[in-house]
Amino acid sequence: MIEISDLYKVYPDRRANSSPVEALRGIDLTVKRGEIFGVVGQSGAGKSTLIRCVNLLERPTSGSILVDGQDLAKLSDGGLRAARHGIGMIFQHFNLLASRTVQQNVEFGLEITGVPRAARRTRAAEILDLVGLADRASAFPSQLSGGQKQRVGIARALAGNPKVLLSDEATSSLDPETTDSILELVKDLNVQLGLTVLLITHEMEVVKRICHSAALLEAGRIVESGNIIDLLNTAGSKISHALFPLGESMGAQGNTVIEIMYAGQLAEEPIVAKLSREFGIDVNILGAAVEVVGGTRVGRMRLELPGNADRNSAPITRLRDSGLFVEVLSAGVLCAGSLSAEVREAGA
Amino acid sequence: MITDWSAMPAILLQALAETGQMVGIALVFTIVFGLAVGVVLVGTDTGGIISEPFRSPRLGAVIHAVLGFLVNVGRSLPFIILMVLLIPVSRAIVGSSIGSVAAAVPLTVAAIPFFARLVEIALREVDEGLVEAAKSLGARRGTIIGKVLLAEARPAIVLGLSTSVISMINYSAIAGTIGGGGIGDIAIRYGYQRYSIPYLVVTIIILIVIVQVVQLIAGAVVRRLNHR
Repeated sequence: MIEISDLYKVYPDRRANSSPVEALRGIDLTVKRGEIFGVVGQSGAGKSTLIRCVNLLERPTSGSILVDGQDLAKLSDGGLRAARHGIGMIFQHFNLLASRTVQQNVEFGLEITGVPRAARRTRAAEILDLVGLADRASAFPSQLSGGQKQRVGIARALAGNPKVLLSDEATSSLDPETTDSILELVKDLNVQLGLTVLLITHEMEVVKRICHSAALLEAGRIVESGNIIDLLNTAGSKISHALFPLGESMGAQGNTVIEIMYAGQLAEEPIVAKLSREFGIDVNILGAAVEVVGGTRVGRMRLELPGNADRNSAPITRLRDSGLFVEVLSAGVLCAGSLSAEVREAGA
Repeated sequence: MITDWSAMPAILLQALAETGQMVGIALVFTIVFGLAVGVVLVGTDTGGIISEPFRSPRLGAVIHAVLGFLVNVGRSLPFIILMVLLIPVSRAIVGSSIGSVAAAVPLTVAAIPFFARLVEIALREVDEGLVEAAKSLGARRGTIIGKVLLAEARPAIVLGLSTSVISMINYSAIAGTIGGGGIGDIAIRYGYQRYSIPYLVVTIIILIVIVQVVQLIAGAVVRRLNHR
């Protein structure tokens, strides 16, 4: 649905001695139809520039972006406006018109496309109902809470039946509970309307809760990208480490530290107890996280097994055979810390 | 001098009508051109909505610079000088350089740049994000100017307009010196030149009341418009 290839965005130097800023440096990204795709990264990584390039609020320096097979950069002004009708966008600060009521805000996009008044009314009522704000149609944005404002933003973006929704940090200025309810709404709309969603965020929670796929953006480059479950099964994946932070504890020297990843049915099994019983070893849990990602229960666990890796090859093989993804972080030779770093790097 | 109280109402009424005519005519043109100039000033600024007219950033920059310069020139001339300078212009447009209609010409020329700057300030206050949201919905430039920039800036523009009207009433007193008439003219001719304290006091009271009323109306309108 969205195909980005070799996208560069360079901001020219404004002052004489400053060098041009390369905000995006060769981005390749594909968002499939009907998918919720999250781009994560720290502030300054270029997330905002990236999403704004998709509907050409920023004009790319080079590279191409196809939305539903159409290269927006090649369109005329009129063609671009028409294409934008098919791409809704929501914003961190909502960007609602303060002078208009909720209903009038939702109707704004329809006014632009020339929908007659009566049809606008009907559609606005319909979409406000969908986002759960039917009773606030005549309120002004200043009378709404942050979550309600974002619902209006979503209603406005979706009134014209776009196929794609771009979300620019849409939950970043909301409290955790409101964030949850907005994410639930986006998820519902994704299912109900078959909406393709590209979102950018710095909150891992958002990726965890609703994204099917994710990409990590660092200094204008995509360093990791893919289906969430696949990423979780990738050794050294930064996204999966960020999704399931296990802390820094690396156990005692001389012992073997492993991380296991489990998903679906395996998450129901008493892995540690079984391992302990079967091999008669004292398994120490250094860290663990269990979450529901994309409807599947997944977890990561860091375990410390007594002795070096040679002594633990049997239990590790046993874990792998049972379908678990196992990463050996520290083999138990002298300097556990530095070795684990090397292993991580090799994995990445 | 003995005050002829019986003549006063007629004199004041006529003066009020003259002030109303001068300021009224000037106000209509000031609103139209002041808004236009304000929009173009903001729009042609770097990154503005019309910063690249006909796809030419240079043209936008030139328009911005020239217009900014003209506005500054208009703002830097003392009104009394402007008035004298514009005598031939008034004569060309109105056919006379005397009277309240003729005085409306310099009044308009002085008020447009003043109001345009206030419009500019009001428009700059509109969150850039709103323009972006409108763009993301596929809005044309005209729609963005009309339904986003001007619509959102309405309260500030109304306040700017009331400030402009009050300034225009001020200037209209000076216009009296070239035969424009009006309340201010009465204050100068009767109050200052003939030392008639009653006329001075009455005209001052009238001016104060007018300004208060203008401000009250503006305040009420802003309260209705402002939903922030």
